[in-house]
This record gives sequence, C-alpha cells and structure tokens, in this order.
Amino acid sequence: MKALAYIGLAALLALPATASAQAPKRGGTLVYAIGAETPTYDCSATDTYAGLHFLAPFYSTLLKFDLAAYPKVMGDLAESWTISPDKKTYTFKLRNNVTWHDGSPFSSADIKATYDRLRNPPTGVVSTRKATFADIETIDTPDPTTVVFKLSAVNPAMLEHFASPWNCVYSAAKLKDDPAFPTKQVMGTGAFKFTEHVKGSHVAGVKNDKYFLPDRPYLDGFKGVFILQPAAMLNALQGGQVMGEFRSVSPAERDRLVQGMGDKVRIEESSWVLNILIAFNTEKKPFDDVRVRRALSLALDRWGGSQGLSRTSTLRAVGGLLRPGSPMATPEADLVKFPGFGKDIAANRAEARKLLAEAGVPNLKFELINRTIAQPYTPAGIYVVDQWRQIGVEVQHKQMETSPYLAALNAGNYEVAIDFSNLFMDEPSLALAKYVSFDKAPENRSRAIDRELDGLYEKQNRAASDAERVGFIRQFEARMLNQAYQVPLLWWHRIVATNKAVMGWQMSPSHNLGQDLVNVWLNQ
Amino acid sequence: MTAAPLITYALPKRRHPVLAFTVAQPLGAIAFVVIVVMIGAGLFAPWVAPYDPVALDFGAMLAPPSLEHWFGTDAFGRDIFSRVVYGARTALVIGFLSSFFGCTLGAALGVASAYFGGKIDLVTQGLVDVVLSFPLIVLALVVVAMLGKFVIGGVDVNLIVAIAIPILPKVERVIRAAALSVREMPYVDAARAAGYSNSRIIFRHMAPNVAAPYLIMLTAYIAQAILLEASLSFLGLGVTEPTPAWGLMLSGNASDFYREAPWMILFPGLAISFAVFAFNLFGDSLRDWFDPRFKV
Repeated sequence: MKALAYIGLAALLALPATASAQAPKRGGTLVYAIGAETPTYDCSATDTYAGLHFLAPFYSTLLKFDLAAYPKVMGDLAESWTISPDKKTYTFKLRNNVTWHDGSPFSSADIKATYDRLRNPPTGVVSTRKATFADIETIDTPDPTTVVFKLSAVNPAMLEHFASPWNCVYSAAKLKDDPAFPTKQVMGTGAFKFTEHVKGSHVAGVKNDKYFLPDRPYLDGFKGVFILQPAAMLNALQGGQVMGEFRSVSPAERDRLVQGMGDKVRIEESSWVLNILIAFNTEKKPFDDVRVRRALSLALDRWGGSQGLSRTSTLRAVGGLLRPGSPMATPEADLVKFPGFGKDIAANRAEARKLLAEAGVPNLKFELINRTIAQPYTPAGIYVVDQWRQIGVEVQHKQMETSPYLAALNAGNYEVAIDFSNLFMDEPSLALAKYVSFDKAPENRSRAIDRELDGLYEKQNRAASDAERVGFIRQFEARMLNQAYQVPLLWWHRIVATNKAVMGWQMSPSHNLGQDLVNVWLNQ
Repeated sequence: MTAAPLITYALPKRRHPVLAFTVAQPLGAIAFVVIVVMIGAGLFAPWVAPYDPVALDFGAMLAPPSLEHWFGTDAFGRDIFSRVVYGARTALVIGFLSSFFGCTLGAALGVASAYFGGKIDLVTQGLVDVVLSFPLIVLALVVVAMLGKFVIGGVDVNLIVAIAIPILPKVERVIRAAALSVREMPYVDAARAAGYSNSRIIFRHMAPNVAAPYLIMLTAYIAQAILLEASLSFLGLGVTEPTPAWGLMLSGNASDFYREAPWMILFPGLAISFAVFAFNLFGDSLRDWFDPRFKV
C-alpha cells in the first residue's frame, strides 16, 4: 500500500516535469483562485495557506524545497551552505545580486533580522515559529553575503526549517523602523512586486524586473482572486476566468471538472501533509478534565469516517500525529491501541459515556467553532457533531470566516475547535511542534502546558539514531493521544486542478510549497 | 279592499367564513392548505420524519429516491425527506419571527409617523428612504455579516434581526399611507378632543384600523423571509450545518452532486418554491378578501 502511494506520487510528480520539457513562453498574467483571504500580511504570524497563496510570490526565503526532487532542499536567497561536522553551525553564502522591491540592496543583515524576529519576536509581534527556532543560539553576519547560525544543540530538522515557506525574509532596515511593518506592508525580494490588494476581491502583482534569477519569472504578473464558494470557483475554472486553484478540490469537484473541461484540465493528486485536528481548550471547563477530552476522542469513528468521507471530501487516511505512510509514522497495528483509534467503536463509545459520567457531564453541551471553508472543514464539522451526538453530547456548530476564526483561536475564545496541522514536510520536529506546551508554541490551540510532552519533544529532537527517535516519537504520541489535548480526525488527500495552459507549477504533498510562481508560465 | 301582500325579504344566507373564503379565493384556500401542511410537518416533525435528519449513514450515501428514502439521501447518507420536514421548522420559525418583528415594528413606526407628522414624519421618512435604497438581500447580508451569530434555543437571533430589518421600512411606508387617511377620521379628532394620550390614540384607535394591510403584509413577508433565510443559508451566512434548512441543503456539496444526485437540490428547492408560492398566494387572497374594492 505504502509502495503504491509512493509510486503514485512519483508518477504525479513526473507529470509536470514532462510538461515542462517544452520551452517556457514569456508573458501573460496568471489568474488563480484562492479559497480564503489572508488574515495578515505577516508570514511569521500565520499558518494558513490563505497567507502563502497571497504572499509567497512577493517574498523569498533562505532555502526552499526542490519540488522536482521533493523533499530535497535547495537554495533561494542562499547560493550555497555548509554544515559543521558537529551539526551545530550552519553557514550560508547568500546571493549578491538581490535587491528589495524598493530598490535597496539585500544583505545578510536582513536574514539575521528576520530570524531574530522569528525566534524572539518583539512585543506586539506574533511568531508562530518561535519554538521551531528555539535552538538557534546566535546569528552572525561576518560579511554582507554570509550568515552563520549557531545552534545550542543538534537539531535534525533545522535545514528543512530553513526551507519553510513561512519564513519570508524581511528588510532589516524596515524592521528596525517598525518591527510590525510586515503586517502593514508587502515588500520583499520575490519574483513579483505587490501592486494591490482589494479586500474581498483579489491580490495582484507584477513581474520584478530585478529578480535575482535573470530569466525569471516568466509571467508578466499574477492575480489571485478570492473565491470563497467552491461552486463559484469551479464555474470560474470551467469558464476560464481563473486558471487554477492550488489548494485542492474534492473528489466530486474533480469529477465535475473532468466531465466539463475534458482535456483542458490537468488533475494532479497526492497524499497531503495536513490533517484535521479537534482542539479542546484546556483553559475552559470541562475541557480541563482529561476524561472529557478522551471521551470525545473515543466517540469518533475514524475508520468508518475515513471510508465514508473519502468519497465526497478531501479527508481520507486515519493517522496519528505524523502523516500515515511517512517514514516515522505509527503503523496501523500500533495506532489502533491509542484511545479513539481502536476499531471497536461500540466499546469505544461505551467507555466514552462512562468517562463523561465519571467527569460529571453525562449530558455535555458545547460550541464547536469551525471555518466556513467547505472542504474539508464543513464535512469534518458535520461528522464530529454526529459522532458526539451518539454519546449524548449536544454540539452547537458555529462556522466562521478565516479571519474571525483564527482570531478566536489565537485569543482562546472557544471551547472546542476544528483545527488543522498545516505542515510542509514530514519532519517529526515540525509535525510535533504544534503539540508542545502553549508557552513554547502559540500555535498549540489547546493552550495546554505539559512538560512531559516538552521533554519527549526535546528527546526526539536530540536522539542519536532514527530508532531511538522513533521510540521517543511513539511515547510523545501516546502521551498526546491519551491526554487528548488535540486529537487528529483524518488526514487529507490533495487534488489540484489547473487549466492545461498553466505550466511549470509543481505538485507536492503540501499546498504551502511551490507558490512563489517563479517557474510558472502560460502555454497560450 | 284586500290587504297588500306582505313582502318578506329573506336575508342572504350567510356562509361559514372559511367556506366563503374558499369559494371566493380557491387558490388562496389551496395555498392555506399548503401552509397548514407545512406547519403540521414542522410541528410534528419527529413523528412525520422517518429518520433522524442529522444522523449520518455512509452506507446510504447519495441513494436515489426509493420506498426506503422517499426523497433520496445526501452526500452524508442523511434522509432528504426527513431534512425537508425538519427544514420546515427552520423556515417557519425564522420566516414567521422575522416577518412578525419586521412588520410589527414597521407598522408601529408607520402609524406613529403618520400620527405625529411634521418633523418626526420627515426624519422617519428620510431614514426609511435610506434603508429602502438598499436591495433586500444586500441589506440582510450586511446586517448578518456585521452581527455574526447569536444563538438562543437553537435559533439564530441575529439572523432574524438581519431579515427583519429590510422588511421594516417597506411595511412602515405602506402602513403610514393607510394611517394617514385614518388620522383624518372624525373619531381620531374626537379622541384628541377627549384628551386621550398619544399612545392611546395610536394603539387603541389608529392601529386596529390598519390591521388589514398589516396582516396581509405579515403573511406576504413570511414568504420573503423564508426566501431570504434560504438565500443567506445558501451563501453560508444563515443557518449552519448540520441543522436542516432548505437553503443550506441547496448549498455545500449539493452543487457538487447535482448531476449524480439531482434529488439533493430538487426537493429542498421544491419545498422553498411551494412555501414561498403558498404564502404569497395566501397573502394576495387575503388582500382581495379584505379589500372591499376587490369585491365590487
């Protein structure tokens, strides 16, 4: 099964490579749909794709993923890099022909300022990746094209973290004037310059003539149109008003597009490093009680849901905290031992009722907040409400637009939320970072403080071997799923539909990657 | 001399009002029956609906209409007939309450505006003009987007407010026109001369005389409110899943499956059409029935 999945992915990844064998054409404006509007201009403060599909074309990162050879990492602003033998010092040689969109020169100081802000955000600045870069001890800039990161301890995921699409590099001069400037202004070194953002309508950019890769980008510009209704997006794609939507469509939407567009549509599919989580706000009663949280996790029939929901939604695989099938993921035989993952749903629900009674809330009622994005949030919401009804729990399902939804999550103004673990690779240090204590990871929606989890996270990060690391990951997963601060529902399956005129875009298991549009061109 | 024959005049036989209405307004009577059926379905939904409207059944996903599922099932295997039946509750509760509050407040404002006249009338009509300049759906969209959700007892109060606000000025304008003629009646002058308070004159003497247009609009705007609720739910701003609501049943993944499972949109669509048609027709018939000009 796993082998088949890899073969499938390889075949899919090979598709664009074949298409790209044609000589790219220059010019044209790519118009694509974005299913949600970004809640912020600051890449550091968000983890929704709505931010990246809006912002990525304007910014560069230190490294990025080479999607033709995913998960291999390649340079973006960095031309080359070396890692010291003790794996604690990363030295990057930067490109010397990079300029900011305002014409000022780029230097290593900009990298230092960006990463200082990420790992140690000033007051009023939100960095959801503070925990990710906690291992960075010092950042030195011996010259304008060299930056040296010294780590306090070995971190096996650090190179991939440097390739995170969220680490948009900001101007040191601008940050010095105002550390919050990325929330107010879009100014990077990316392939496109920001022209306008019409709220509720679109974002637009024009080709950056001074982009550091001399023959890129191919496009004259792009326009990302906010289309929140999937039906409207499908109509726009079929009618040629947009040429693609790079997140995902559902299986039914895929079938409709294929039926309607015939050979004019390109469909690419992959498993997805993204899951739906149920987050219990441990600062609110009765969700501070592990029995209540565990009962609610036990009530979810994940295996049955996987079979049913995969036919009509982008939800598919049952998995733990790591993507099912990825190298360090828990195999099914072990997974079924975790609470809520066993296949005897009647026994699970009987235990769930017992736990709720013991906790003194046999007739529990609460509000579940969710996003208005149809896929897969609405099906996930409908499903969990139904599952919880079956143990006598009454749930008010409240769906909200992305901005107020994220604001509620960030402020802790909710009881239970449909959340998501939005990754860009399978690296466990990245995947598990969301579950460490809230004071270390603001993206931990449960707001729980659990030093045992923090310790296990550290141990897996410092493990001497893969086998030892897997052991700590299993312990982390067991602790997390038994405490049930946040529990996975199902992992997603990605289906991207684009007009066949769109060339050079690469499919990957993450919708957060490959959105800088540097290599995209239009065959028309 | 013979006595002149006694001429007796037989009083016309009075029909039962319901029968009289049925004979005079047959379409209205049919509409009334539809409304009664709808109210009955809503009230007795747990006994009428064969399935739990929110219970998922993946084994019956997208099943076509059959003896087991009269209207078929949706993408979650939920029984569409049961959802349509329960959806009548949502439509009626939101439709009636929105129309009631919109019409009642509009009527009160219209009568008061007509009674006081002068600057009060001028300012009121200016405000009404401003609100009327917005299309019904746009105004409701703005209000619902601004207010968000505020659920009490499973009913979104803000949704009712959002639908009632656009109804209010339309009713106010009509009731004001009716009240202006009532204001000139001698009994209103007599009430003033007797020293009655303004509120007593408005509520005891003027309001009952604009009851006919009020009742007609109350009925007609239930249809508008049902349609508006369905539109807002369709746009994702009204009722939230998994609550059974007709507009909501037309949105979401219903549009994904309109080819494979047309029953997903057919039956809730028909329910909306029948309900709106019935309330509109009944409202029109009531108007014809009450208005003496239509009886000539």
